Amino acid sequence: MFVLIVGGGKVGLNTARQLIQLGHEIVVVEQRSTRYDVVAKVIGDEYVVFGDGTEIWVLEKAGIGRSDMVVAVTGDDEDNIIIAQIAELKFGVPKVVARVNNPFNQATFDLLGIENTVSATTGMLNLIMHELPTHKFVHLLSLRREKLELVELEVGDNSPFANTLVQDIDLPEGVLLVAILRAGGALVARGHSEILPGDYVICLLPRGQEEELIKVFLPGEEAGRVQDDSELETSDG
Amino acid sequence: MHVVIAGCGRVGSGLARDIAHEGFEVAVIDENPDAFYQLGENFPGEMIVGPALDWSVLRKARLKDAAAFVACTDGDNTNLVIAQIAQKKYGIGCVVCRVFDPLRAELFSEAGIHTVCPTRELRATLFDAVRACRVLPKAG
Repeated sequence: MFVLIVGGGKVGLNTARQLIQLGHEIVVVEQRSTRYDVVAKVIGDEYVVFGDGTEIWVLEKAGIGRSDMVVAVTGDDEDNIIIAQIAELKFGVPKVVARVNNPFNQATFDLLGIENTVSATTGMLNLIMHELPTHKFVHLLSLRREKLELVELEVGDNSPFANTLVQDIDLPEGVLLVAILRAGGALVARGHSEILPGDYVICLLPRGQEEELIKVFLPGEEAGRVQDDSELETSDG
Repeated sequence: MHVVIAGCGRVGSGLARDIAHEGFEVAVIDENPDAFYQLGENFPGEMIVGPALDWSVLRKARLKDAAAFVACTDGDNTNLVIAQIAQKKYGIGCVVCRVFDPLRAELFSEAGIHTVCPTRELRATLFDAVRACRVLPKAG
């Protein structure tokens, strides 16, 4: 597969290295000359194009016309949006992934129809929340295009599911309880596994079911307040 | 009638004064508060400080009540993104977007955004200016 990576920062360069290792063909576009030198030194200058990756002629020179996938990972969200749109509108690239630097801009990516987005900030934030000694609800992973979420919930003393077998829990439609975290370890959840107060459970669920799940799992908590990263997205009208 | 202008540089500030002079209510957005100095002392419109990509800034400028939106910040990509927000989120019919790069201006114009490309227009103006000197392609 030929993958065009726009932006040779930490994310772009490491993506390039990984893809090379997996046997894919790649080209990186980088516009800062000092950074270009670094990238060229690591992966070879025949795989780096110097220039502004939001300029159509630069993308053409880098081979966008025959690319199977474009990865837009510059440090500017407006640039990543435009690169993704150029790739889709002008070159019909089959697969486009765009990086969201500021989680506030996620709503703009969604509005403009850029489906495959990745955000290091949101990902890191969620993992930090996961490391907090106590936390009620954390989004561990979002597969945005597939509309699938992996979340972690606290089993408090008041939880209706404390001291209950997994098979006896009535979960909302489409929710799967996959693992129980206890004393620094994890157990794969089976029907006869018992949930104890102080455990955390990991659930797989379709996007949009978070509030239902919080209602049954953490009664008395307001879903909006518990769901940390919903606050990051600009809510407007 | 309310008009929102993003970018208060040489173009945006002058345009804001002209449009206000016509009797419109105008809101101008710029990240740099010093940029509003160019509007002059008696500018009757609103000045909103912040990045135009931020929806809360657009909300402060009352974009939802706007009859027209002009994107003329110094970034082509910023202009193209905010013009699309004005169209798609706020359904504004009159959205005009400055894009310096002729290739991007053409592509996004085909995609339904009203782009104005000063580079292309300048090229024509310069060409006419050279032709007006009446020099000939071949000497003699």
